[in-house]
Amino acid sequence: MSTIVKFENVVAVAGSFPVLTGVDISVQEGEIVLLQGKNGAGKTSFLRACAGLLRINDGSAQVLGFDLRVNRQAPRRYIGLLGHENNLYRDLWAIEHVEFRAVLGGGQKSDAAEALARVGLTSRLWSVPISALSAGQRRKVAIASLIANRPQLWLLDEPHSALDALSRADLNAILKEAAASGATVIFASHEGVLSEELSSRVVTMRGGQVVGDSGAR
Amino acid sequence: MLAEVLLLARKDLRIERRAKVAVGQVAPLTLLIVVVFAFALDANAPLLEIGAGGLYWVAVLYGGTLLTQRAFEIETEGGNFDDFKMSPIKAQSLFLGKSLSLFIQICALELVLTPAILLLYDVQVAEWLLLIAAGVAGAVAFSVCGVLWGVMAAGLRVRSTLLPLLLIPVLAPVLLAGSRAFETALGIRADAGWSWTSLMFVIAAVHTVVGLAAFGFLLEES
Repeated sequence: MSTIVKFENVVAVAGSFPVLTGVDISVQEGEIVLLQGKNGAGKTSFLRACAGLLRINDGSAQVLGFDLRVNRQAPRRYIGLLGHENNLYRDLWAIEHVEFRAVLGGGQKSDAAEALARVGLTSRLWSVPISALSAGQRRKVAIASLIANRPQLWLLDEPHSALDALSRADLNAILKEAAASGATVIFASHEGVLSEELSSRVVTMRGGQVVGDSGAR
Repeated sequence: MLAEVLLLARKDLRIERRAKVAVGQVAPLTLLIVVVFAFALDANAPLLEIGAGGLYWVAVLYGGTLLTQRAFEIETEGGNFDDFKMSPIKAQSLFLGKSLSLFIQICALELVLTPAILLLYDVQVAEWLLLIAAGVAGAVAFSVCGVLWGVMAAGLRVRSTLLPLLLIPVLAPVLLAGSRAFETALGIRADAGWSWTSLMFVIAAVHTVVGLAAFGFLLEES
């Protein structure tokens, strides 16, 4: 198994505030890592740093074999990032949005229908403007957009938010399938039992650092 | 790269077709400006005729600025710039795709405004070819300048007020050149209308070159 994320004493500053204050972590291929911690612990910043969206100010950071201090852009095409926001175009139909995201990520339009079906969005909703969908349905469209891109590294921030119980279980199954096929998943969550069931490892953050690591379970 | 440009432009135009902001709000508002000038200056019909070219381009400037704001609003309201950063798509494609969709919308706006000034300001077209060339040159210049400066303001919280402040001074030469070219095309003054039109193409070319070179950096920093 290869190392997908390797951070050594990583420091990152957003504006003038240090959001990561010396992160040390190594994540292997196929792992499903749950990031825990209070609000402001640095979970979202860590995910954004892994995605190359947050500049690393100090330390050593490698993602998918790319050195983020040399080139933050290089690993991005292999990463799927789901943030707090769903990053959706409200006036596009669900299918149009996922098709657009699939092609944008280098995939095929035809991947979109399969992805929407996989997240369990009823086909009659595919041709509905996203603005007319419920919060949970929008979350599903955002997740389908990731699935269509088949990322090697999934970075998810509160992925279960707005989903009902059945959809949460579906999402867990999707992420387990992805990990079984060689992808790596790192997700931040406050969901407790549901998240711990999904994860193969629990990492706790506080004050922009890793303060606890269960190791592979 | 062409496929990427068309993909992005098609997406923007599809969103505009659904949202109807350009058709339902920007076009009527700019049309209203043209009408208001007609009411305000009607007592002085010769002044209205002389100023027709300038008033037309003021309306285009206003509408173009609104369309530029809208072009970036659809990306910033959902945090979609992150998706572009995460995708393998070239920043140059994004620059050209946004410029193309904005160009088409500004051309459509001009198609609404041109008959309005001919009708309301009682002016005749002396040189149709020059009128069309100047309209196209102005639209190209507006769109590439708008996208280049729009991405600079996109990441800022004060973008809605900052963008016009940044954009209008940059577009002032286009406003001047467009007005002069239109005055020639409308037979108001015998001037170097084609030279002014060429100047707009030069402004567009300079901003296109700068945009292609700098858009990736600006997107990354937005």
